Amino acid sequence: MGRFRLIPDNTDIPFLRFRQGLFAFSATLIVLSIVLLFVKGLNFGIDFEGGILIEVGTEKPADIGAMRVTLGDLGLGEVSLQEFGSATDVLIRIERQPGDAKAQQVAITLVRAALEKNFGSEITYRRTEFVGPKVGAELIQAGIIAMVLSIALMLVYIWFRFELPFAIGAIIALMHDVILTLGMFALFGLEFNLAIVAAILLIVGYSMNDTVVVYDRVRENLRKYKKMPLIELLNVSVNDTLSRTVITSLTTLLALAALLIFGGEVIRDFTIAMIWGVVVGTYSSVFIAAAALVTVKPGTGTNVAPPGFGSAERTKVLDADDDGDEARKRFASLPAPDDEGDDDDLDIEVSPAEASGSRASRRATSSRVRRKKRRRKKR
Amino acid sequence: MLRIRLWQVIVVVFICAAALLFAVPNLFNKESLSESYPDWLPSQQVNLGLDLQGGSHLLLEVQIEKVLIERIEALVDDVRGALRGERLGYTGLKMKGLTVIFQLTDVEKSDAAYELLSDLDREVQVQRNDQGAFVLSLTDSAIVERKSSALGQSIEIIRRRIDETGVAEPTIQRQGKDRILVQLPGIDDPERLKRLLGKTAKMSFHLVDQTVTDSDLARGRVPPGTMKLPSEDEVDDAGNPRYYPIRKRVMVSGDALVDSQPTFQDNQAVVNFRFDASGAKKFGRVTQENVGRPFAIVLDGKVISAPVIREAILGGSGVISGNFNTQSARDLALLLRAGALPAPMKILEERTVGPDLGADSIDAGKIACLIGLAAVIIFMLLYYGLFGIVADISLVLNLVIILGLLSILQATLTLPGIAGIVLTIGMAVDANVLIFERIREEVKAGRSPFSAMEAGYKRAFTTIFDSNLTTLIAAFILYFFGSGPVQGFAVTLGIGIVTSMFTAMLVSRYILVWWLKRTRPKTLPL
Repeated sequence: MGRFRLIPDNTDIPFLRFRQGLFAFSATLIVLSIVLLFVKGLNFGIDFEGGILIEVGTEKPADIGAMRVTLGDLGLGEVSLQEFGSATDVLIRIERQPGDAKAQQVAITLVRAALEKNFGSEITYRRTEFVGPKVGAELIQAGIIAMVLSIALMLVYIWFRFELPFAIGAIIALMHDVILTLGMFALFGLEFNLAIVAAILLIVGYSMNDTVVVYDRVRENLRKYKKMPLIELLNVSVNDTLSRTVITSLTTLLALAALLIFGGEVIRDFTIAMIWGVVVGTYSSVFIAAAALVTVKPGTGTNVAPPGFGSAERTKVLDADDDGDEARKRFASLPAPDDEGDDDDLDIEVSPAEASGSRASRRATSSRVRRKKRRRKKR
Repeated sequence: MLRIRLWQVIVVVFICAAALLFAVPNLFNKESLSESYPDWLPSQQVNLGLDLQGGSHLLLEVQIEKVLIERIEALVDDVRGALRGERLGYTGLKMKGLTVIFQLTDVEKSDAAYELLSDLDREVQVQRNDQGAFVLSLTDSAIVERKSSALGQSIEIIRRRIDETGVAEPTIQRQGKDRILVQLPGIDDPERLKRLLGKTAKMSFHLVDQTVTDSDLARGRVPPGTMKLPSEDEVDDAGNPRYYPIRKRVMVSGDALVDSQPTFQDNQAVVNFRFDASGAKKFGRVTQENVGRPFAIVLDGKVISAPVIREAILGGSGVISGNFNTQSARDLALLLRAGALPAPMKILEERTVGPDLGADSIDAGKIACLIGLAAVIIFMLLYYGLFGIVADISLVLNLVIILGLLSILQATLTLPGIAGIVLTIGMAVDANVLIFERIREEVKAGRSPFSAMEAGYKRAFTTIFDSNLTTLIAAFILYFFGSGPVQGFAVTLGIGIVTSMFTAMLVSRYILVWWLKRTRPKTLPL
């Protein structure tokens, strides 16, 4: 089967060379987003503002103009109507009524009575939502806590699994994604509701996921190429993971596109938020997260392996890099691996002397060749 | 990584088979499931959230302070009675905030008063100063207990009211200190239920104060012991509600009712009621003593009607006639049967989804799922060939396991939950992509197929674990801070992450290792 490759093998795109320009670009977007948030603000849905939302279905295409007149006469303050997905579907938003929860209920009853009187039996109520002011305030609070807490937990996790500089870099990328998403919502005036908070939390998770994959490779390469200049090493790491980053983003976007096109009107904004988040998250993982490490340099401490997952074993061997003899001794003392052997990962990837060579040669090491020979012999 | 023991395979196959078994019932509709599906197989389906099956979600707040206020009001009367009984002089006895205060006239008798009041009520604490000023308040434990019992009682009454309306499978949950969450599947017009739940339904029978003239009443000039109450539905010529002068003293309370039914009298819908023994006795006495006078039936501070007593009613049952239609008579009877709420309630939040929208959402979700799945499957197939097939198998299995787990856990699937599944379809292949790309790298670096697979799986594992854990953290936080639909999203997302790791690290690996051992390829088709 002839197959295509999205990302050619052995890419060597100097991502880090553009970092200053891209930093400036992202910083501009962030500043613009913040300005937008202050000037234009978010279009809070009823979850946060309180208020009433009624979705009605009609048999024939709805006469939104007539409905607007009918409901406008009720004196309920700002009433907005819009076609929702199809011509027979109308979304009615009514601003929060002054007074307590009872006033909102009265308004709902008024609207229903008016609609029934003027449009009769052809109206079906698809959805009625009402959120009181008290609940709205609490939901805002819960949303903010959730967002701050998730970012904080991510920071702690990366700190624990990697090193502080990685955590700082990851948080910079995360804030970048969250602020740009909020900015996008402010710019287009999309409704910001509970589901969008969920989407942003997911974006946080997704972007972090991407960033971790890149960082994981940086960590590995830091151990592997001890003498390589940081910028070059970061570049190699981003290039190494590039095809995975692109493919995963692509499959995720494929699924999200299906959701956007076929998933219905109710979760459209939610899907848009996620699509945007995947795009921004991927961009920030490739261009921001890695580049941020240039500023917050990962220290030599990074070379210590993280706890768990048997990687300590590998580190021990890797640490023996400069002392090839010990590794070779270990290797020799191992029982001969059977062909699918669950053997320890013994690659002595590179010796410092080789680090300056081409990438291909860096990877082909004498010990691996030797092991291959042994295997072949056994077979 | 390439050595797989038989028991491992058995465990994985068992898990997949079990998940399949639990997932399958979701393919059938409810009727055929109950009719022709074998009994011995699990037949639980995924729980659909209200946004998918249609229904109403109401968040109610019990105005619990009112219970305490009533309690303090009663305490004022108790204190007055006790002090008078012992002939202790006092001034300025009144309620202040949630306390009762008064000044003892004779400071010498402070000790006697203190002792008297301390024994009055064990839920009350008494404080005094040297000048004979007394403050009585409820103890903290009494406040906590009052509040909690009021909430418990409210839940009970709400349950009774809802049960009486015949709604199937309502969920009624306590939330926080003073809230009640009510979920009513299948209700698309909750107006009636909202009306029913919004009523305190405190009923009492009072005498009408006939000494008050209409003009005095209009000016609000009523003697102490009498209150001006509006009528439930009667209006005067100007369209304003009619008012009645009602004696404050409760002659008979609605608590004494044992039954209430809607019925007809002279072609007019009415509500009949029956008292318990002591209520019947009281009612009999009151009606006997007041023949010819109007007797008001007051519900939640409004006068339903004030008929003139024609004769003593000794049987303990009577009829409330008012301006009822069939529905309102039925509702009133229901409310009286179910009992009064200890405190008024407010609706804080309502989310109602009609069955049409719910069904549309399910359809849209299904289509989006299938098309997303098809797109990802085709992409993986084109991109990775044989390995893509393996990734696709594990992707489909992944979905089966998610569905199975949702059925087993009886977790609630919501519309955002479906979005979570679609998203999982896109993200689930990530683990496989990470592995495959790693293997490709190892191959490029000159490794043999076996060694490349070994290294690829091993190295990718840490990455997969670390990167998926971040998304899992996000899912957890969503679950704890989210509500309803958002929680549903968190659940499917969280389950999806775990299952995608399971299928990538175990299922797809087993298949590939099996293939590798069988064919012993010279190169990997990646």
